[in-house]
Amino acid sequence: MNKIKCECGHINPEGTVLCESCGKPVEQNQHIDGNKHNKLLNMRYDGSARRSQTYNKSFVDKIWNFFSSVKVGVWLIAITLLASSLGTIFPQEMNNQSSLPADEYYEVNYGLAGKIYYQLGFHDLYGSWWYMLLIASIGISLVICSIDRVVPLYRALKKQKPVRHESFLKRQRVFGEAEHVTDEEKETLLKQLKERRFKVMEQDGHLLAEKGRFSRWGPYVNHIGLIIFLIGALLRFVPAMYVDEQLWVREGETEVIPGTEGEYYIKNEDFFVEMYDENDERYKEAIQKEGGSVPKNYQTNAVLYQRTDDSLPGAQPELEKVKEGSIQVNRPLKIDGFALYQTTYQLNEFKSMSFKLHEKDDPNEESLGEITVDLIDPKQEYKLDNGYRVVLDKYYPEFKMENGEPITESKYPRNPALVFNIYTPENPNDPEVSMLGVGFNIDPSESNDYKLGITNVEMRDVTGLTITKDLTLPILGIGGFIFMIGVIQGMYWNHRRIWVQPRENGLWIAGHTNKNWYGLKRDIQQVIAGTNIPEPNDQLERKE
Amino acid sequence: MELSTISSYLLYTAFVLYLIATVFFAATIKEQEKATKQSKAGNIGIAITIIGFISQVGYFITRWIASQHAPVSNLFEFTTFFGMMFVFAFIVIYFIYRFNLLGLFTLPVALLIIAYASMFPREISPLIPALKTHWLYIHVTTAAIGEAILAVSFAAGLIYLIRTIDQSSLNKKTFWLEFIIYTLYATIGFVLITMAFRAGGYENVFEFQATDNNGKEITVQSEYTLPPLFGPHDNKQLTEGAMKPLVEVPSWLKGEQAARKLNTLVWSIVTGLALYGLTLLILRKRVAAWIQPALHRVNPDLVDEVSYRAVAIGFPVFTLGALIFAMIWAQQAWNRFWGWDPKEVWALITWLFYAWFLHLRLSNGWHGERSAWLAVIGFAIIMFNLIAVNLIIAGLHSYA
Amino acid sequence: MANKNKKKNRLIFRVIVLIVLAAATVFALYSTLTKDDQEVIQEGDQAPNFQLKTVNMEQETMSLGELEGKGVMLNFWGTWCPPCKKEMPYMQELYPEYKEKGVEIVAVSLDDSRLVIEDFLNEYGLTFPILHDKTYQVNDAYGVGYLPATFFINEDGEVVKKVVGGLTLDKLEGHLKEIVPES
Repeated sequence: MNKIKCECGHINPEGTVLCESCGKPVEQNQHIDGNKHNKLLNMRYDGSARRSQTYNKSFVDKIWNFFSSVKVGVWLIAITLLASSLGTIFPQEMNNQSSLPADEYYEVNYGLAGKIYYQLGFHDLYGSWWYMLLIASIGISLVICSIDRVVPLYRALKKQKPVRHESFLKRQRVFGEAEHVTDEEKETLLKQLKERRFKVMEQDGHLLAEKGRFSRWGPYVNHIGLIIFLIGALLRFVPAMYVDEQLWVREGETEVIPGTEGEYYIKNEDFFVEMYDENDERYKEAIQKEGGSVPKNYQTNAVLYQRTDDSLPGAQPELEKVKEGSIQVNRPLKIDGFALYQTTYQLNEFKSMSFKLHEKDDPNEESLGEITVDLIDPKQEYKLDNGYRVVLDKYYPEFKMENGEPITESKYPRNPALVFNIYTPENPNDPEVSMLGVGFNIDPSESNDYKLGITNVEMRDVTGLTITKDLTLPILGIGGFIFMIGVIQGMYWNHRRIWVQPRENGLWIAGHTNKNWYGLKRDIQQVIAGTNIPEPNDQLERKE
Repeated sequence: MELSTISSYLLYTAFVLYLIATVFFAATIKEQEKATKQSKAGNIGIAITIIGFISQVGYFITRWIASQHAPVSNLFEFTTFFGMMFVFAFIVIYFIYRFNLLGLFTLPVALLIIAYASMFPREISPLIPALKTHWLYIHVTTAAIGEAILAVSFAAGLIYLIRTIDQSSLNKKTFWLEFIIYTLYATIGFVLITMAFRAGGYENVFEFQATDNNGKEITVQSEYTLPPLFGPHDNKQLTEGAMKPLVEVPSWLKGEQAARKLNTLVWSIVTGLALYGLTLLILRKRVAAWIQPALHRVNPDLVDEVSYRAVAIGFPVFTLGALIFAMIWAQQAWNRFWGWDPKEVWALITWLFYAWFLHLRLSNGWHGERSAWLAVIGFAIIMFNLIAVNLIIAGLHSYA
Repeated sequence: MANKNKKKNRLIFRVIVLIVLAAATVFALYSTLTKDDQEVIQEGDQAPNFQLKTVNMEQETMSLGELEGKGVMLNFWGTWCPPCKKEMPYMQELYPEYKEKGVEIVAVSLDDSRLVIEDFLNEYGLTFPILHDKTYQVNDAYGVGYLPATFFINEDGEVVKKVVGGLTLDKLEGHLKEIVPES
């Protein structure tokens, strides 16, 4: 490795563009930052050697250098950006809320375009291996770019001295010459620099005034934040770190909470939906437009239990009540790192129906016996006193007529219909058939002597909950927080430097900032106020 | 007077004041001082802008009290708030740089945004359970402020492009610059044509067959408020005596309201083209070429810096509001901080875009014109997320 | 000499960093690609054993293990599901022939109510074993999302073919042929 000795005596590592100590351009390296054809110096990383650009030998180095290039990083960002937008053309599979499987959904809803979309795998774009690879590449680029730049920049900023080479000053964007400057004026200058909260270093009459250096670390801090965030996202793949389960609980029932390995149970005491009052003056108009019902609240009142015995799964557990509370949208109920969210519901599911048997033409409908049918798992046969017998012949939990045939649309008792065979003491082998449901009671033969009448219906609501446990959240939070600190540090502060070099009777003044030149120039104006030093020129400003 | 009525009046007042302020900022061109120095017209302009802003804050507060929740819960409220924050961001940047002409470019855009917002239903609506949380205010307001600051970089970028691009011939650059200006015309077109037919009480309802999410055939109705250039595929007109569609959309254009949206879009484009064509006839040159001489005293480096500064200030705010706060809320409401909902994805795309912008600028030295084009594209992405994602791509956020 | 050491150290450092990053990437990719497979039984997997109550058999319960050495067509269905209803007669039609050849057809119903299942099989005259998975335990073990779902399992207990959605008679027969035991 060839170290480069500058005429100021400082020994620079290979690849240095501007001497770390005095800032003199290193002749043979000017191509690196494109200084050759420009009047002004490129002050990126203060012209220090970036290792990635100096070695290119082994295979490892080649990979390293690939990811160390900001150009590659910029391309990765651009590609990720374009790829992400593709996934929003049609709904993603996980968000499409359809009962159709993906291979049918896209074609049915979006025709040929949808079919192609599905076949290209864009229905699960963000879960695809290549999208994952893109994100991973950005992560790798973040790590390697930061490593390669933070060290040299740190060294360069630490080593800088007030005494700078002439050409360094002359080739700064803000540069000015003063022919005659008195000692008093120099004093004023120094005083005003300090008043403007510059940290001033002095060496043989040369000044280096600096402020906001810490903003230079902003990009590295925010990149560290992003890396931590990505690590957090990566840990979500570790099963123990992340639980996401669905659960339906009917009112009054107790279910084991999935994901807790049988430790916790939940009882749904009550589920309800509240609507906004249609006559509320305030919202009247909007509610009418919505068709008269806007939900206000979805809530489950729940009791949580913990299992206290060690018996095998499946055996009846012993439970102890540990918590009671409500679950609302935006207000999950939490226990032991698990959070229970209100996600969906089913109102008015039938629980049971009660019927009484009576003679068809009995005006008092005197009961010959009552039966109650459990609509989740009904019994087949119901024996009444006096030799009457009712047999449930057919059951349709969600009844519907389709092409003249009775069918059920689901297994959930939302609109139950039942067909009974009624055996009477007179006709123990030849039953009367009776069909009942919500809003109808049919005698198909029209010759029945007996009739079943509905006496009672029990309804209940079912709550749909999501159970999550996410131990990665704190990591993601810390990552996001550090990222914010980093961007604020880097964006809201800037690193301003002013060099003052004594000349025969006067002085040279040069300034640099990593952004906000307007602010730097205003600083310089205030620093030279009250002196005869002319305002330095912005050498980039166009001349009219 | 009812509070909600006062609220609407305050919004009108703000609108008119912004319009007047624009005129004063235009007058600064005639003044002979340097564009950045104090000028009388400029001082009046910024004063009126501030009064207008205060009036709009008044609208915001009174509406908040009237509706009992922060008015950022539907498209009208959110877009209006975005317009308000755009003015706020302009005021902040104005006091950093004292740059009068920025007002001439930001205020008309703010006016357009507010006018556009008022095309949506303006009733005070109740909050559905998912929106009932303080995170609604925190997330939406911060995101809007961030986007508004970023939008200022668009205004500055546009000034830069008009100021510096060589207008001697029609080429790629001058074409795209005109295209950007034309999109503003198309927005005006949308507002005007909608208002015109609304004033006339135009209504035309169609019924047709569509498939729902689960692939079942359903009958839907589509209510046209503009004459149907494009009607739904295989439709049945329900409004008697109204105009028949000129063209029926082909069957592959699915979606219940797709035909109506296409119709509105075409109307906006055509009206915009008519307005733009009229302008060209009057000016006898490209609009940008006509504006250019008025900007000759503007220092392009200053504009470039304003544009970059706006990104530098806006980017962290946007990250905080549109990503971090959004994730916290999503974690609470939907038990996952990120769900690849289209609106989320487009917020990520916006974020990636500005990250890209910053890297290109800081590491690859993309200053000046290239940076200005990027600022314009960035704004286009923001507007796409604000408007198109809500109207075209449905997702959790399409609550309006 | 110092240079050489420095260079060597740099190489070691770079190799370590790259290995860590590569490992993280591989882990992420592996996890994404296998995310679906972890829960869902795929073709080529061993079919998990289970035991369920029977609906139409003398024995009270039946397990997959009992059928070792036979090809098994495992069908998940529900009485409310139209494509399930449509394919049931095909299964019944082919059942006697393939039972001879050593293939058992087992249909697992996900209904809540046993009564409904009994009605159904009486109506359709089904004679192959019907099992009742009321608690969805077996459904979850096989990761069934859409009904009907059919697993064709060969005599070694390996899932040869998985079909989500209804089957036609031809397709059904084709897949049954694949799992006829060799001996």
